[in-house]
Amino acid sequence: MTPRLWSWITFGAGVLFFALPLIAMAEFSLRMRRGVYSLDAYASVLSDPQFQATFLYSVVMALATIVFGVLIVVPTAFWVRLKLPGLRPVVEFITLLPLVIPPIVIVFGYIRLYNTSSWLPLTGTAGGTNLLLMFGYATLALPYMYRAVDTGLRTVDVATLTEAAQSLGAGWFTVIFRLILPNVLVAVLSGAFLTFAIVIGEYVFAALLDRPAFGPYLAWSGDNKAYVPQALAVITFAITWACMGLIQLVTRFSKHERARA
Amino acid sequence: MAYLDLTHLVKTFGSNRVVKDFSLGIAKGEFVSLLGPSGCGKTTVLRMVAGFEAPTSGRITIDGQDVTALRPNQRRIGMVFQAYALFPNLTVAQNVGFGLKVAGMPRDEADARVAEMLRLISLPDKGPSYPFQLSGGQQQRVALARALAPRPRVLLLDEPLSALDAKVRVSLRNEIRAIQRDLGITTIFVTHDQEEALSISDRVVVMNGGIADQVGTPFQVYNQPSTRFVANFVGTLNTFEAEVDTPATGALRLGGVPLSLGRPVSAAKGATIGLALRPEAVHMGRAPGRDVVLPAIVREVHFMGSVIRIKAEAAGTTVSLDTFNRPDTPPPAVGQSAEISLSAQDFILLD
Repeated sequence: MTPRLWSWITFGAGVLFFALPLIAMAEFSLRMRRGVYSLDAYASVLSDPQFQATFLYSVVMALATIVFGVLIVVPTAFWVRLKLPGLRPVVEFITLLPLVIPPIVIVFGYIRLYNTSSWLPLTGTAGGTNLLLMFGYATLALPYMYRAVDTGLRTVDVATLTEAAQSLGAGWFTVIFRLILPNVLVAVLSGAFLTFAIVIGEYVFAALLDRPAFGPYLAWSGDNKAYVPQALAVITFAITWACMGLIQLVTRFSKHERARA
Repeated sequence: MAYLDLTHLVKTFGSNRVVKDFSLGIAKGEFVSLLGPSGCGKTTVLRMVAGFEAPTSGRITIDGQDVTALRPNQRRIGMVFQAYALFPNLTVAQNVGFGLKVAGMPRDEADARVAEMLRLISLPDKGPSYPFQLSGGQQQRVALARALAPRPRVLLLDEPLSALDAKVRVSLRNEIRAIQRDLGITTIFVTHDQEEALSISDRVVVMNGGIADQVGTPFQVYNQPSTRFVANFVGTLNTFEAEVDTPATGALRLGGVPLSLGRPVSAAKGATIGLALRPEAVHMGRAPGRDVVLPAIVREVHFMGSVIRIKAEAAGTTVSLDTFNRPDTPPPAVGQSAEISLSAQDFILLD
């Protein structure tokens, strides 16, 4: 047995383990019409007004989360890198916390803090709850967003560029949004796609805050329908993979930029 | 009162006093170099003028206005960095126009100024290029244009030539000086390269350990160094130990050879004092007007083209001397005995 053969065997085992369930699921989703393969399940999903509504809701929430995340993460990462390098381990630890603390704990904390009898009754209105949901999503996305932006900042000489801009009369706003953000845009985009993928499928926050998001719809249809949930799962996977593909594409684009530099 | 006035500047980082009581007045349009080894505080002084560091104590005024407490973006100062620091996401024209845009200058006026600046640095066609498409020297010229575009009151150059290769360094420093003269802009130039500082400055400030050891024209600093540090740091120096014969007349003995400085020395009879001499003040062989002749042995010969640098052993020390190359006279051989002559009045007394 050559080492090469072993590699192929390991690879094959991995493919069976990971891909077989996916293939089975995709195959099952095509069998809605008895006896033949058809896209009936997908047609039924796509024409379902509830699918359209929840999916649109989640997309809008994802976009809002990305904007909000960029607005808090980019200035923070910039400031830590420029002025408080000693705090970097602390900030990194904090941004990693959402990976350790289960979402259910965070959401119960939210509900306790912001319920209708609290000082800030955010859960009292749909808009307030949406806002709370967005905060939750931004927290979930924090580890990925912060790391992506911080890595992006590493590739530019933040301190000197900032000083150059300041000596030319620029204030902090100009420095961050006209200079730093465009230079880490590629990193921000890859963070954004990850955030998008996370938010689209998120269940716990949306379910417990009772918002009409795509995640709860996914779970609900899984309980109530036979073929449709498989089709939905395939669609969700496709979205996630598309996001990962976009990250790859953007990263390659950035390497291209750097190679030219 | 000077145009740019630095008064009793002190800067401490923790327990480390990097700049100790630094005062300097710079006239409008003057080109002043801060010269010194790394860690002497020259960059810190520049960064205090730019506003990136706040002085622990002291005052900075520009054109009568106290700017000590102003933020960097309020000081109307142009700065050029060693690492170019061009904005990678902007084109050359956008880089040069950055300060104008921030200041809210109307588009047409800004475009005209950018074009004027690009002509000034002889890169009129590079406007649409990105920084990474330019060579190091071109990038630094763009950085200079960017700093000059908003018509700053003071131009600060922080080792702008250190990252460039030797040929570009020389041509760019001449270009910087020419542009500076053209615009008549008050300039501070920080460098650790004494040749750079001497060749383009109106005045040179030699810094050591956070203070200005000597302030003067390049000619003064080179020929009349006020401290041993300045004498050693600026240029090459031959040092001798001489024995004092008659303090009042400056009669000394150097390696047994009597000589007279023609001015009194403060040491007692029989004491040894330090003397220094530039390599170009030492002559190979006898020459008229050079009253001191020392026997020597040639130890090293460096042929550098127009100049030949020779190291010879004389008066118990190694003496560097420079002679011009002459096509009809080959350089002396190593190990050869020779005589070197010098003029006693050229000696710099070291304290």
